[in-house]
Amino acid sequence: MTVSQVSFGSHEPVLDVKNLTVKYIGDTRSTTAVDRVSFSIGTGEVFGLAGESGCGKSTIANSIMRLLKDPAKIAAGSISFGGKDVLAMSPEELRRFRWQDVAMVFQSAMNSLNPVLTIGEQIVDIFTTHAGYSRKESLRRAGQLLELVRIDPARLKSYPHQLSGGMRQRAVIAMAVALKPSLLILDEPTTALDVVVQQEIMAQIKELQRELGFSVLFITHDMSLMVELSHRMAVMYGGRIVETAKAQDVYANPRHPYTQALMGAFPPLTGPRVPLTGLPDGVKFRNIPDLTEAAPGHFVAPFGADAEAAVLEGAAR
Amino acid sequence: MSHAVLSSQRPSADTEATALEVRGLGKSFPIGGLFSRESVRALHGVDLTIGRGEIVALVGESGSGKSTLARCVARLEKPSAGEILLDGVDVLKRDRFQASRAFRSQLQMVFQDPFGSLNPAHRVEHFLRRSLAIHRKGGSSETETQQRLEELMTTVGLQADMLNSYPHELSGGQRQRVAIARALAVEPRVILADEPTSMLDVSVRIGVLNLMRKLRDEQGISMLYITHDLASARYLADRTAVMFAGELVEEGESLDLLANPAHPYTQLLVSAVPDPARAGSYDPVRRAELRQAVMASTTCAFDGDPNQTCSAEEPARHRVGDPENRHWVRCHLYRPQAGAGGHALATEPTDNKASA
Repeated sequence: MTVSQVSFGSHEPVLDVKNLTVKYIGDTRSTTAVDRVSFSIGTGEVFGLAGESGCGKSTIANSIMRLLKDPAKIAAGSISFGGKDVLAMSPEELRRFRWQDVAMVFQSAMNSLNPVLTIGEQIVDIFTTHAGYSRKESLRRAGQLLELVRIDPARLKSYPHQLSGGMRQRAVIAMAVALKPSLLILDEPTTALDVVVQQEIMAQIKELQRELGFSVLFITHDMSLMVELSHRMAVMYGGRIVETAKAQDVYANPRHPYTQALMGAFPPLTGPRVPLTGLPDGVKFRNIPDLTEAAPGHFVAPFGADAEAAVLEGAAR
Repeated sequence: MSHAVLSSQRPSADTEATALEVRGLGKSFPIGGLFSRESVRALHGVDLTIGRGEIVALVGESGSGKSTLARCVARLEKPSAGEILLDGVDVLKRDRFQASRAFRSQLQMVFQDPFGSLNPAHRVEHFLRRSLAIHRKGGSSETETQQRLEELMTTVGLQADMLNSYPHELSGGQRQRVAIARALAVEPRVILADEPTSMLDVSVRIGVLNLMRKLRDEQGISMLYITHDLASARYLADRTAVMFAGELVEEGESLDLLANPAHPYTQLLVSAVPDPARAGSYDPVRRAELRQAVMASTTCAFDGDPNQTCSAEEPARHRVGDPENRHWVRCHLYRPQAGAGGHALATEPTDNKASA
């Protein structure tokens, strides 16, 4: 596959994932959650990973952070970060790699704050543990950090339950960028929030990204949101990438039927009301072949009649 | 569906008839200890009508009172004030203490979580057969019941052999279809659907919306579709009502309402929907102004218009545009005494422009 060579701009890729395969190994059978997935993210690039629940997108995020737990196992492939092999890191290297090099904001991260500690104490923890600053210096930096996401530094003394969901999510994002990581992984960062707050958080992330210049791996099932934020994106289905290209190209010209179905799942806010179909219940794709370049920079897994290997399996269940 | 553009109006034959009418509905929840007199006002003075065979969407943010309204109408919660009229009969007076079986056979609900609303220990057939038996809609013989079961499955787009499946063997979309079939079994006049697609995988959501539209078109069932997704409200509903802090602030024909939102809160909601066609449209200054206008308006667009009544104490409804669109907006100067709702708006900093 040549996909990993296409990255935004001419920069050296920050993250390079090659042929990653993750299996969940059970006693009697094992499932392949991620199947030969390759992609790379350039410096300052926002890369989107779209797909539905169970398609393997969060498994990929957890693989990059080396957070996979039994029975999940990386069966094949490589993950390299700034030239270092992530899969070969020692526990001590990993400890530094997490949060300093790569930080992650989880789905419903706003609930991951410790309810019995103030926001300030939790941010100070990051600086004293990872950066070795004094308490006083840490507190000063914690205040700056909150200002960065437009929360009044006086809120350092607040407990999580005293903040709204949107503010908590901002605080978590501030904590994620505290040590200036070069890659930020956002796993459905706004799913639990209302639309108005969601848009503000996304604008906030965009602004931080411009200011601090980190790369972003953005995971969501909301195609509209993804196209708005990402430079490049990939669509996953059943552990495989079925399409990858510049976000605008995918939006303007989705080629794989699954991508089209995902796009069709979001009715437009303007124009006439036309019937949409989505993906019929029970339609499944199997044996998705490797990507081929359908247009410059636009890679699609062959499907349907023009590829023997791809089968559009009809509605049995 | 065969027609190219979806009908934007319901069948014209029964435009006048009202299926469900809510008048001045209010609900407050007591807070604090046993002897506390404080309460949170979750709903106040909600007036809403749904015509026969009409789909009305109720949109708003979490905490705005959408689900409380649904729970009151479904008689899962006892309203503190107001009337609920089903086919012209005040059901709160008729069945004083709890919903009667007659009421349940007129109005059915479809909930958000198809994983929680189907008992995992039973087969699909059990859910439908039970509905038919309780409401005596199964016909006089086993053959008729069987036939009815198969009909229901076909109506919701499932195969008849799935009657023998357990819920865990079905996908989310299929489960929601079973939940809809269960509601249909009692042949209701009105279906309340509270976020029926928000827990489903995105690619099957449209299928469920299409099914709801089909039921309206073919069986004339009226629906109240509760959602926070404006785009799906526009796609499915004939009319859309916007709820803020427990009160309706704007209502109108869906396409018109979303094209010409008049209330700052509606404008805020519409502008926040991600839409790749207008990427990068976020403007923090404009956002702060809208927020300010919602939380503390100082001007009303209808101020000084002799044809419009204005009031800062009681909500007054102003007509917007063509009367055909039945589009009204509440006076901007009147603010709900927000007990519930508006949390997200109220506690966010309003001075965003400082950092722009």
